[in-house]
Amino acid sequence: MERHLPILQIIVPLIAAPLCLLIRQRTLVYGFALSVCWATFAMAVMLLMRVVVADPSHGDSLVATQITYQLGGWLAPWGIEYRIDTLSAFMLLFVSGIGAVVLSYAPLSISREIHRSQHYQFYAAYLLCLTGLLGITITGDLFNLFVFLEISALASYALISLGANQTRKALTAAFQYLVMGTIGATFILIGIGLMYQVTGTLNMADMESRLDTDTGQRTVLVAFAFLSVGISIKMALFPLHAWLPGAYAYAPSVVTAFLAATATKVSVYILLRCIFSIFKSGFAFESLPFDAGLMTLSLLGIFVASTAAIFQTNIKRMLAYSSVAQIGYIVLGISFASVNGLTGGIVHLFNHALIKGGLFLAMGCIALRLGSVELNDMRGIGRRMPVTMFAWVIGGLGLIGVPVTAGFISKWYLISAALERGWWPVAVLTLLSSLLALIYVWRVVEVAYFQSPPEREAEVTEAPLAMLIPTCLLIAASVIFGLWTSLSAGVARQAAEVLLGAMP
Amino acid sequence: MTSETALKLALALPLIATLLTGLFAARPNLREFFTLLIAGALFLVVASLTPAVLAGARPAVTLLEVLPGLRIALEVEPLGMLFALIASGLWIVTTCYSIGYMRAHNEGHQTRFYACFAIAIFAAVGAAMAQNMFSLFIFYEVLTLSTYPLVTHHGTESACKGGRTYLGILLFTSVAFLLLAVVWTWMIAGTLDFKPGGILQGKASDGMLMVLLALYVFGTGKAAVMPFHRWLPAAMVAPTPVSALLHAVAVVKVGVFTVMKVAVYIFGIDLLSSTGISLPLMYAAAATVLIASLVALTKDNLKARLAYSTVSQLSYIVLGAMLANRWGVMGGSMHIAMHAFGKITLFFCAGAIYVAAHKTEISDMRGIGRTMPVTTFAFLLGSLSVIGLPPFGGAWSKWYLALGAAEAHHGVLVAVLMISSLLNIAYLLPIPVRGFFSAPDSGPDDVGIKEAPLFCLVPLCLTAAGGVVLFFFADKIYELLAPIAQI
Repeated sequence: MERHLPILQIIVPLIAAPLCLLIRQRTLVYGFALSVCWATFAMAVMLLMRVVVADPSHGDSLVATQITYQLGGWLAPWGIEYRIDTLSAFMLLFVSGIGAVVLSYAPLSISREIHRSQHYQFYAAYLLCLTGLLGITITGDLFNLFVFLEISALASYALISLGANQTRKALTAAFQYLVMGTIGATFILIGIGLMYQVTGTLNMADMESRLDTDTGQRTVLVAFAFLSVGISIKMALFPLHAWLPGAYAYAPSVVTAFLAATATKVSVYILLRCIFSIFKSGFAFESLPFDAGLMTLSLLGIFVASTAAIFQTNIKRMLAYSSVAQIGYIVLGISFASVNGLTGGIVHLFNHALIKGGLFLAMGCIALRLGSVELNDMRGIGRRMPVTMFAWVIGGLGLIGVPVTAGFISKWYLISAALERGWWPVAVLTLLSSLLALIYVWRVVEVAYFQSPPEREAEVTEAPLAMLIPTCLLIAASVIFGLWTSLSAGVARQAAEVLLGAMP
Repeated sequence: MTSETALKLALALPLIATLLTGLFAARPNLREFFTLLIAGALFLVVASLTPAVLAGARPAVTLLEVLPGLRIALEVEPLGMLFALIASGLWIVTTCYSIGYMRAHNEGHQTRFYACFAIAIFAAVGAAMAQNMFSLFIFYEVLTLSTYPLVTHHGTESACKGGRTYLGILLFTSVAFLLLAVVWTWMIAGTLDFKPGGILQGKASDGMLMVLLALYVFGTGKAAVMPFHRWLPAAMVAPTPVSALLHAVAVVKVGVFTVMKVAVYIFGIDLLSSTGISLPLMYAAAATVLIASLVALTKDNLKARLAYSTVSQLSYIVLGAMLANRWGVMGGSMHIAMHAFGKITLFFCAGAIYVAAHKTEISDMRGIGRTMPVTTFAFLLGSLSVIGLPPFGGAWSKWYLALGAAEAHHGVLVAVLMISSLLNIAYLLPIPVRGFFSAPDSGPDDVGIKEAPLFCLVPLCLTAAGGVVLFFFADKIYELLAPIAQI
């Protein structure tokens, strides 16, 4: 049983998705989907515990191992192989964790935002999307990765379009995402095809060993170009982020919270795999100026998107722009190509997932009670919904990167990495950019606490507990991981060392 | 009680106060009783550490390791001891005062007020006892955020605007400069521990150290060295008890305390004095001393005048740290205590006048001494202490600062200190003098005595008397501080 954990991790939600369509009854299907999600999370925890083990001989320091699993018993280069190292186990953990927490929150929120007859479809699509995201992180086969990417993407187009019950704009947003996502996926597929042509294999580990980077073959270069552009679209790296704000703003609150916390993060994972596991960092960062490119784009992205966020009146849209900026921080960490930088990037994947997930859940609570996420309608909300808004403020502080929040830990690593390289301007820009976050967060705080509420909303009350608890759970986690970092930064550091080959 | 327990207790007590305040929100008497009780307990706990510190011990405890090598840890050394004593001692007095002030004024949200106040004290005590720069930075930021709801307590348009300036400048400086300085120190020194003699000796060139020191001094926005002083007058929109404890004692003193700690324990005064890298900052501080005093002269709003006076007095301490010799450090550190007592008295009086007579402008306060003789007399004592005349505590700290400037052969700075004292006289003394000797502008002369409530009056008499007591017991502070000033 335990040996089959890697495949169970994927197969359980995959099979559960169509079963949701058969169950249909709303309460039953919720109970079913919820138990599947939490079971998935439990499996991810078990996998992480098997990959990252304390080594008593080295003073209980964490030691990385790797789990491989051959599907159907077909050996590696021929059959599909699942390969779980520290990074994948870490991703599995928080993707499934966020998936479970967000789904716990879902029923009340979707009962307002999605028509009753579509609820079972929502759960089915949600599980499919989760399957896709988990599959991407667990597989060791490049084509298999593409398949999972498409599963998650198609499911997320469907999820976003469910927002049409609230506003028809959701349909255009979903369509725009579909077009951009498909272009991205096609680019990735072309890249994979070219790589297959050069190496004759689809297994990533095998591909790495067969790839002769020294010759600098044209085909390999083109493949790398297609892959990196495709992935950049998927992870909404500036300037390829145009699909994201609309999609996040008009999707149902639950969907936004789930996708914002996980989907782009998994795309970053693909980028990491691509740079460090297939091509090796020497190819991207030494023979190509990929690091300089990434750094420029990420810094530009941070400033442009943060500035755009300041001018948004729809708060979900504002947080979406903030997400684009935060992706910038993650990519910035990667572009340092050092242990500190990579740790900062990876730990920010995790920290930002908690913070932004929590913030979007809080927005869901507000949308439930107000029926709007416009800044103007949120006047005086701090007095009507004190707990929700307090959680929002703590989450906002995390975005700014104030000490004692998880955001601070990420920032600390990024600044260290910049100073370590002696790149002064980068460190200063990173710090200055957090002040932009201060502006867009505080704009909301002032409206929520200092303006008197509109008369007609006298009946607005605090959100129900079933939604408050998951919201506060994520926000509380973002504070806990600002103080206790052995799980977040500790594991991220190990993942970074494995990727950079500093550790076997 | 072991010293470790005492340290943990000193951090835990204010948090317990926050909790109890929240629990007893509906019963104000009980809520304030607990706040007072815990404030008293905190002072006793802090005081219990004093004999050991005087004897040369450095009680320490590690709370948790956030990142490898970066710990939140406490260690009490003389400077921190002094600051913790002041902050916790004045918390008791201020709580009494708050009870009188807030009730007389029927202020809203009193539970939130007391809760945030307790968190601010938690942060101030934590900062005082921080074992390393990382912990200090964390407590510093907690202090900024926990005082924001206090500054914006009234929730009005002007409170919102003041709060924006407050938070904007404090977070901007701390994130853009101080955090950068902290990470940089961590990169070049490999540690952030406060060590006697500093940790930067021989780690970087003089030019780099000069930039680093500037990042520290300007990054510590709470020290209000110009041009980053604007937050302090802006914070005066807060209720007076907040201005009194936080913007005369806790918040601003955490700022100058940080600068002093950095000078003594990160750079080390030997490094500063032998390389002369602190010279530009010395002049920046001296300029702030003078300019802020001049601005104070032009302010008619009493709290605004006191705010600029605070800006000026804070730079005395920064100046002392930047002089980087034994008398400078001694004078600067001592001024943390002396100025605290003087300035808190002045703020208490300003609040008392507001409560009893509803006056905020100095020009309206002619003849105030006839209706409020006790308050006005206390104001006089507080003024004299801030000016630095014997027999008030402020005399000693200014004496040592002048001595420090003279020893470093900075005749200009000695002159600055003297001129500034004259300016102090010019902007502070007219208030009590006109209060006693001018006739009120309007109304009958014999309105009778109308003082603020006793809860307000007693604390301000206590702190005014404290200013005198400190003059006679300055040797205790001297003895406590002697090791860090290397005397």
